[in-house]
Amino acid sequence: MTHYVLIGLGILIAALTVVSVFGLLPSLRIVPDDTHFDFTRFRRISFPISALLSIVAITLFFTHGLNFGIDFKGGTLLEVRAKSGTADIAAMRTTLNGLSLGEVQLQQFGGPAEVLIRVAEQPGGDAAQQEAVQKVRGALGDSVDYRRVEVVGPRVSGELLAYGMLGLMFAILGILIYLWFRFEWQFALGAMIANVHDIVLTIGFMSISQVDFDLTSIAALLTILGYSLNDTVVIYDRIREMLRRYKKMPMPQLLNESINSTLSRSIVTHVTVTLALLALLLFGGQAIHSFTAVMMFGVVLVGTYTSIFIAAPILIYLGVHTTRGEAPETVEKSEKKPNAAAKK
Amino acid sequence: MLYFTRWKALAIILTALVVCLCAVPNFFPEAQVKSWPTWAQRRLVLGLDLQGGSYLLLEVDSNYVKKEKLDQVRDDARRVLREAKIGYTGLNVRNDAVEVRISKDTEQATALSKLRDLSQPLGGLMGSSGQRSLEVTDAGSGLIRLTVSQAAITERIRQTIEQSIQIVERRVNELGTVEPVIQRQGTDRILVQVPGLQDPTHLKELLGKTAKMEFRMVDTSVSPDQAQAGSLPPESELLQSASPPPVPYVVKKQVLVSGAELSDAQPGFDQRTGEPIVSFKFNTTGARKFAQATSENVGQPFAIVLDNKVISAPVIREPITGGQGQISGNFTVQSANDLAILMRAGALPAPLTVIEERTVGPGLGQDSIEKGELAAYVGSILVIVFMLLTYRLFGVFANLAVAVNVAMIFGLLSLLNATLTLPGIAGIVLTVGIAVDSNVLIYERIREELRGGRNAISAIDAGFKRALATILDSNITTFIAAAVLFYIGTGPVRGFAVTLGIGIITTVFTAFTLTRLIVAAWVRWKRPQTVPI
Repeated sequence: MTHYVLIGLGILIAALTVVSVFGLLPSLRIVPDDTHFDFTRFRRISFPISALLSIVAITLFFTHGLNFGIDFKGGTLLEVRAKSGTADIAAMRTTLNGLSLGEVQLQQFGGPAEVLIRVAEQPGGDAAQQEAVQKVRGALGDSVDYRRVEVVGPRVSGELLAYGMLGLMFAILGILIYLWFRFEWQFALGAMIANVHDIVLTIGFMSISQVDFDLTSIAALLTILGYSLNDTVVIYDRIREMLRRYKKMPMPQLLNESINSTLSRSIVTHVTVTLALLALLLFGGQAIHSFTAVMMFGVVLVGTYTSIFIAAPILIYLGVHTTRGEAPETVEKSEKKPNAAAKK
Repeated sequence: MLYFTRWKALAIILTALVVCLCAVPNFFPEAQVKSWPTWAQRRLVLGLDLQGGSYLLLEVDSNYVKKEKLDQVRDDARRVLREAKIGYTGLNVRNDAVEVRISKDTEQATALSKLRDLSQPLGGLMGSSGQRSLEVTDAGSGLIRLTVSQAAITERIRQTIEQSIQIVERRVNELGTVEPVIQRQGTDRILVQVPGLQDPTHLKELLGKTAKMEFRMVDTSVSPDQAQAGSLPPESELLQSASPPPVPYVVKKQVLVSGAELSDAQPGFDQRTGEPIVSFKFNTTGARKFAQATSENVGQPFAIVLDNKVISAPVIREPITGGQGQISGNFTVQSANDLAILMRAGALPAPLTVIEERTVGPGLGQDSIEKGELAAYVGSILVIVFMLLTYRLFGVFANLAVAVNVAMIFGLLSLLNATLTLPGIAGIVLTVGIAVDSNVLIYERIREELRGGRNAISAIDAGFKRALATILDSNITTFIAAAVLFYIGTGPVRGFAVTLGIGIITTVFTAFTLTRLIVAAWVRWKRPQTVPI
């Protein structure tokens, strides 16, 4: 079935390519050429909204918390498939609860035969975790296929969490330093505020949806960071260019021009990334489901919004000005220069 | 921006082509690739999450190492004091140090200097790190304290890990698995990856045993019951039998021959009873010691002790001079086989604990590959169609560049013998998204320049010039994130970081060279007055 779909799409591509080469397609403009939306004025709405959402996200984090996966919490995770074709979760639950392993969660995972079993971390160090997984294997025996077994001891989980958090901080710091070198400090600061905003909102999303927070979530967070910054940098690059070219243009207008002229690119790129993520979300399977879901939220929803409505307008407050007090003087100087050159 | 010298164009195409060709070995069966010259054999390695297998992280018990070290210091101190005929009391290990009380004040100074001789300078590459293995202090009122320095313990753990890796390697290889990976991780850990292993229970059993084997005499002067009641001779200890139910034995502490002196061990069957047994062979020194011990003790029972459990305690009927013997001790075929493996591989210097285990069955791996492939195809096709609809002819250019880009990612991954994981496949799909972005940046800029009133060629030129700086800036930030991810991540996550990072490199390469080259070629060929973008 999927093969036919792929072949069909392949033929579509071939046809479109031929048509494109001969210039027979109408040009598609997602964003009209003369778009002039006043994004900076929108900051009076977007900033309070963002602040509110961030507070909600932080509150959620402290009240709901994150659903820590075994990477960070320790414990045992087994993905099993019943050989009979349908798993009797109730019976399995009774069997496993009889092992006195504390909290045991069972959950349908994918098809009707697949069950995800989580056993909480056992008291008594690393050896105790190993005993627990042996007990579960013994109790379920040969009635199931063991598709995945993961056991993380208490020390490793602690380290993974520490490394993950450190990594996140180092990434933000590294990017900040790079931007500081490449732009002015105001830009680096603006990008960092946008960064933190992205991460806070995504963590809020993870708290609401209660997706597993594990090492792949850290990977998702870092990728979201990278993408959101990618966007921010594209807009900042344009702002810098405009700052050099139009020295007297009022800042809000300059920011608007910059955002509007990169808007088409932002949207086209986000459509392509969304398409790629959508394919991963729909066809990539359970193993990367939460990873792509988090990424979808972070990259598509938050990342785009942040770079347009937060990262760019915030520069107004961070003291990036077009006419910086001494600006008229510089204009004079630059006007004098040709004269000076002419004298020689 | 649109002018390329012939050499430059050639170099770009050649680079792209060579990198793409590196991916070729992946499309041929492994057996066939093996017959190729070695430089052509580099290929992608599938991660354990895709091909199935077991990942174990083992940690050496550092407390055990420390305790062993302290016990050794205590024994050394006893020997030194006895040799010097210095009277002492209360020689003991207390609070991570060895303490001893010298009986006579007059001997205090001699004792101190004798004990100080035990302390050795710690090596290290420079030979003089200034640190010593022991710190010997006078704690007053005749008490001498010998503290083992942290550096000495670290050094001992390092040695322990190195020896352990060799033993682990031998034991894992005995399982007959394909290409297991055994590496040191950090200071006190060993990583074991065994592709294709579905159930690591047996492997964990093998690795969980220290397998310290000793041949010792059974102490027949007291019965086990008397020993349990408290009349245990100081040179003996009470040990339990290995097979249930536990039977106590009184065994002398002195070791006649140790497992280190074995040269071979094989599982087999007893010719008379048909029971599974393990037959073993000593090396020359072991054989000599064993011959001497057995000829001195005919008629007495001796004990074969494994990890402080008695496997069997046969009576010596006649001197065994051939250096060979066999152990029978309620074995099953499996346990006889395991014991032979452990005896051949040798003892671990310290116990290892499994602190992390991840096993993926082959079914899930295959499913993941199929799902990953499908997602990759669908994702790429959607992006390609969208690009064609948006940029028409330039969409074709972009798709060509992206196709080369993906081929180059596979080429580079193969060249680095990198591991492809499921998140890694996700990374490639995302890279398709980013790679397209670089083209989008260029094309949107060209559109803008056209709107600004430039003519076709100058707009294309300016579009490239202005967009490339942005492409570099925006990709470096993502690259920083990927680099951090690579550094902190393990396994699948690291696989994601690798493909994301390599994807960024190839994206920047294609944007700066290939896309430009294609557009330049088109401009030279068509001399366009308008840009169909």
